[in-house]
Amino acid sequence: MLSDILKILENDSRITPDRLACMTGLPEGEISREIKQAEADKTILKYKTVINWEKLGAEQVFALIEVKVSPQRDVGFDAIAERIYRYPEVRSCYLLSGTYDLLVMVGGKTMQLVANFVAQKLAPIEGVQGAVTHFLLKRYKEDGEIIDGNDDIKREPVVL
Amino acid sequence: MTSQVGTDKGFISDRAKELKPSGIRKFFDLAAKMGSGAISLGVGEPDFTTPWHIRESAIYALEKGYTMYTSNAGLLELRQEISKYLYQTYGLEYNPETEVLITVGSSEALDLVMRATLNPGDEVLMTDPAYVAYPSCVFMSYGNPVQIPTFEANNFEISAADIAPRITPKTRSILLGYPSNPTGAVMPKAKLAEIAKLACEKNLLVVSDEIYDKIIYSGFEHTCFATLPGMRERSVIINGFSKTYAMTGWRIGYAVGPAAIIQAMTKIHQHTMLCAPIAAQKAALEALRNGQDDVRLMVEEYDRRRRFIVKNFNDMGLSCFEPKGAFYTFPSVRKTGLSSNEFAEKLLMEEKVAAVPGTAFGESGEGYLRCCYATSLKDIEEAMKRFRHFLKHNCPQM
Repeated sequence: MLSDILKILENDSRITPDRLACMTGLPEGEISREIKQAEADKTILKYKTVINWEKLGAEQVFALIEVKVSPQRDVGFDAIAERIYRYPEVRSCYLLSGTYDLLVMVGGKTMQLVANFVAQKLAPIEGVQGAVTHFLLKRYKEDGEIIDGNDDIKREPVVL
Repeated sequence: MTSQVGTDKGFISDRAKELKPSGIRKFFDLAAKMGSGAISLGVGEPDFTTPWHIRESAIYALEKGYTMYTSNAGLLELRQEISKYLYQTYGLEYNPETEVLITVGSSEALDLVMRATLNPGDEVLMTDPAYVAYPSCVFMSYGNPVQIPTFEANNFEISAADIAPRITPKTRSILLGYPSNPTGAVMPKAKLAEIAKLACEKNLLVVSDEIYDKIIYSGFEHTCFATLPGMRERSVIINGFSKTYAMTGWRIGYAVGPAAIIQAMTKIHQHTMLCAPIAAQKAALEALRNGQDDVRLMVEEYDRRRRFIVKNFNDMGLSCFEPKGAFYTFPSVRKTGLSSNEFAEKLLMEEKVAAVPGTAFGESGEGYLRCCYATSLKDIEEAMKRFRHFLKHNCPQM
């Protein structure tokens, strides 16, 4: 039931409870309660908008950084990950299997600022063994949305 | 005679001349002229694009050089997969070598089964309202379509009791189309079983068009007609990929049934169509093998739109029975005092919303509109606003 509501909200967070009630067949009151509860227990983290900033000509630089770290006794990777993800420059942070441990996405106004962040903040953290920085050149798809999708195909009239 | 199509110079056959143009066409032509801002609830076509893995499999097939004919009956691999799918879904066993035929859309299958089974003057019983092509297919095979009225009060279902009095010595078959285009109605198993019994008693063939069998809601369970006692040997099941997998433009359908009928259909198919396009058959194969999750997601989305549109129609006073299949609603416009045609035409002209008058599907469709909800929720919301605006101005009594 909650998952029915969340599946719709995930794609359109602006949808109103009465509309959700209509689409799921659940009472509106119940929908509002479920949403409040999901917000309270952090099942719903935040309501966001996916924006193509390039349309505004906004200059923003992003880099994906592969970070190799030494896990620590009792806390494993979590403590180092927290020291990294607490920085507001860090947009996302994942622990991965494979040749490196953390994948960190960092954003900044210029390439220099991002490079400085890696050199001065991230790399010196105790336990960080190494960092490989990949600057992002182009976004094709963001959060499931194709950025420059040209899929507006006009359908021809048909009888059926 | 001159018309939009020019002078016929006596070249056109009587049958083609007598064939009634579809009542839907007129509305699409009008809607096409409306230009931007028009919203169509008219076309029975999923708004989803075919899932990428299915499209990709066709691209791969073309890259690999699959550009040739297939056997007339279609790729054996696809026939085997269909056979397997029907066994897993309904417990039905069809021999892929002799009892499965791949067609160019389910429309071709429908045409073939009529051509393969009807002699001139044979009667085919079907519902009214019914999908526009049903009577036409029968007519083009020199048969006589006999439409039996169904009613909202009975959820647009048809019963053996409705059918029995219409059986004559000329009756050859019963053509069923459930889940239904245009009403969205479904048939409970018990009612189908009664029809199966009647078909046995009267030695009738049953053609069951089950193109919407996977697009069902509210926990309804679809019964494939061939699973009913005695029906495996006297029914032809028609299905396809267009609706279930959002593959309308690929034109792949199929028919399964007793070998004698499928072989007769294949004979006609090989002289007229030869075979269905190979890349599209490859895509259909991928759809069957790996497309079930896509179907579930699309049906979940249709279901949300269905609840939304049905509630909106009922709230605005256009009573709308709950469709449990396909992606159509069939709201009643009787209370407005307008005929189906008047309502649809005025709605299009004044509000730029295209819906199809129920009468396009038979006389029993008078008083109803067919509205397809396989369109984006945003468009459905806007269409509902325009319906309300229309009612306020044209039917202040409501």
